[in-house]
Amino acid sequence: MFAETPFVRDKRRSETTAKWVFFAMAGSMILPLLLIVVFLFVKAAPSLRVDFLLDIPRRGMTEGGIWPAFVGTIYLVFISLAVSAPIGILAAVYLNEYARDNWLNRLINLAVINLAGVPSIVHALFGLGAFVYAARFGYSILSASLTLAIMTLPVIIASTREALASVPMSFREACWNVGATRWQTIRSVVLPNSISGILTGVILQVSRAAGETAPIMFTGAVFFKAVQKGDLFAYNLNEQCMALSMHLYTISTQVPGVRESVPFATAVVLLGSVLLVNAAAIALRAHMRARKKW
Amino acid sequence: MPSETHIEIRDLRLAYGTREVLHGISLDIRRNEIFGVIGPAQSGKTSLLRCINRTIDFSPEASVAGTITVDGEDVRGAKDLYALRRKIGMVAPLPVGLPLSIYDNVAFAPRCAGMNRKADIDAIVEQCLRQAALWDEVKDRLDSLGTKLSGGQQQRLTIARALSHQPEILCLDEFSIAIDPVTTMRIEDVLKDLRKNMTIILVTNLTQQARRLADRTMFLWNGEIIELGPSDTIFGNSPRDRRTYEYVNGLFG
Ligand SMILES: Nc1ncnc2c1ncn2[C@@H]1O[C@H](COP(=O)(O)OP(=O)(O)O)[C@@H](O)[C@H]1O
Ligand SMILES: [Mg+2]
Repeated sequence: MFAETPFVRDKRRSETTAKWVFFAMAGSMILPLLLIVVFLFVKAAPSLRVDFLLDIPRRGMTEGGIWPAFVGTIYLVFISLAVSAPIGILAAVYLNEYARDNWLNRLINLAVINLAGVPSIVHALFGLGAFVYAARFGYSILSASLTLAIMTLPVIIASTREALASVPMSFREACWNVGATRWQTIRSVVLPNSISGILTGVILQVSRAAGETAPIMFTGAVFFKAVQKGDLFAYNLNEQCMALSMHLYTISTQVPGVRESVPFATAVVLLGSVLLVNAAAIALRAHMRARKKW
Repeated sequence: MPSETHIEIRDLRLAYGTREVLHGISLDIRRNEIFGVIGPAQSGKTSLLRCINRTIDFSPEASVAGTITVDGEDVRGAKDLYALRRKIGMVAPLPVGLPLSIYDNVAFAPRCAGMNRKADIDAIVEQCLRQAALWDEVKDRLDSLGTKLSGGQQQRLTIARALSHQPEILCLDEFSIAIDPVTTMRIEDVLKDLRKNMTIILVTNLTQQARRLADRTMFLWNGEIIELGPSDTIFGNSPRDRRTYEYVNGLFG
């Protein structure tokens, strides 16, 4: 009764084939990542020492370390997210929890979506016009950070809204039924249960802010800046700074006679920091999911 | 038999967008009675409750006409909505334990209303959990999550929460739809107790439940009151409207 007919055998075979084809496609995703990492590490090996991180570039940037660029990137990422995260989160709370469906809020939504689609080079030009010139912040960390903030803002809004929307509507209704205001509901039920998703979304923007070159090149990143070796407080807000992404670009294309391993080691530092931060986001998410409350 | 009017509804019309779902209904609900509401799905039973506690405001597409008064005070013109909602306890069809501790689930409403003395809140939490017949099961684990209770326990937690703001009116919307018969009977006993202190509106999909508990029952169908009267009449052999007899006896179709 359960014997295999030819028709069933064909079905089973195509099922198996399909599964393997799909698996091959999905599995091949590992390959590029693996290749990139291995390739980078092999090429970077001769320069990879702790001192490479802490030292400043020497001999016209052909040797030495990358400290000023590393610190500069930390400044830019930190300040830009310090600006975009609060604004983005508050805006998302408004859009998801308060906004009614009227023309103004539809316009705001449309603006957010389109802002997310603006190419980074256009953000760069906008930052140059708005912050460097119009606001008279000059070429500075402030201008560059604000430009990055505007670039990351719409994505933070989108990811925050998604996190808020994952809190079931029935929880809000239960709160409203007992006479809680919208804000009391948001504060005691909605935010505590979406905060992990919100933070993950913000942290994932670290890699974008750290990786972009054009926006900061136009607004505040410089070719070279002399700072103390290992100095964490190397810059002021109104100064220009070096940054990893820009530094990688200059030593790879603009400076002759750089040791071959130096650009690769720079890339390893950039990629390593970003992956580290992303890993933190994943760990945070897993931790919060483990204590999921419903 | 109580007779003083507690909630007065006159010519209530409700539309979602252009679709009218309550077609001008008028009724009085008396103080300290259990008022049963029966009727098929989509009749507008839930919508009626939402008009009374003004959570209908959260559906922007809804438009309401007519008057509702509670204790003679106009509901639609209420200035302090939150005070109105505290006056009315609401229990939804599906149990909703908030993702807070059992204690905080019940303490939530008093805190929102500005109560902050620990002793007062403790007293309310214990009293409400006792009233909802849940205290003995949870008194040793008040700080564990309300969402991790069983469905029946969560529904009693929901009732405790609805009582926590000391309402004068308790609305139950098909509370037994997702819980077992034993818990249902326990909650029915709770309701018989509570009627001494409050007015209860019991919307139910189980006509027998209204027959067991309600003093008077209303049969709502497609946004219109087909019949409203003493439960004895509605569930007896000769209600005024033939459709009532058919619905109550499962012949409706
Ligand atoms: N938020 C809403 N938006 C639009 N239509 C709704 C909404 N809520 C309920 N309705 C409609 O109103 C009618 C009455 O629904 P409801 O009050 O939930 O009835 P019941 O509780 O008796 O099942 C239904 O036809 C339903 O589709
Ligand atoms: Mg309903």
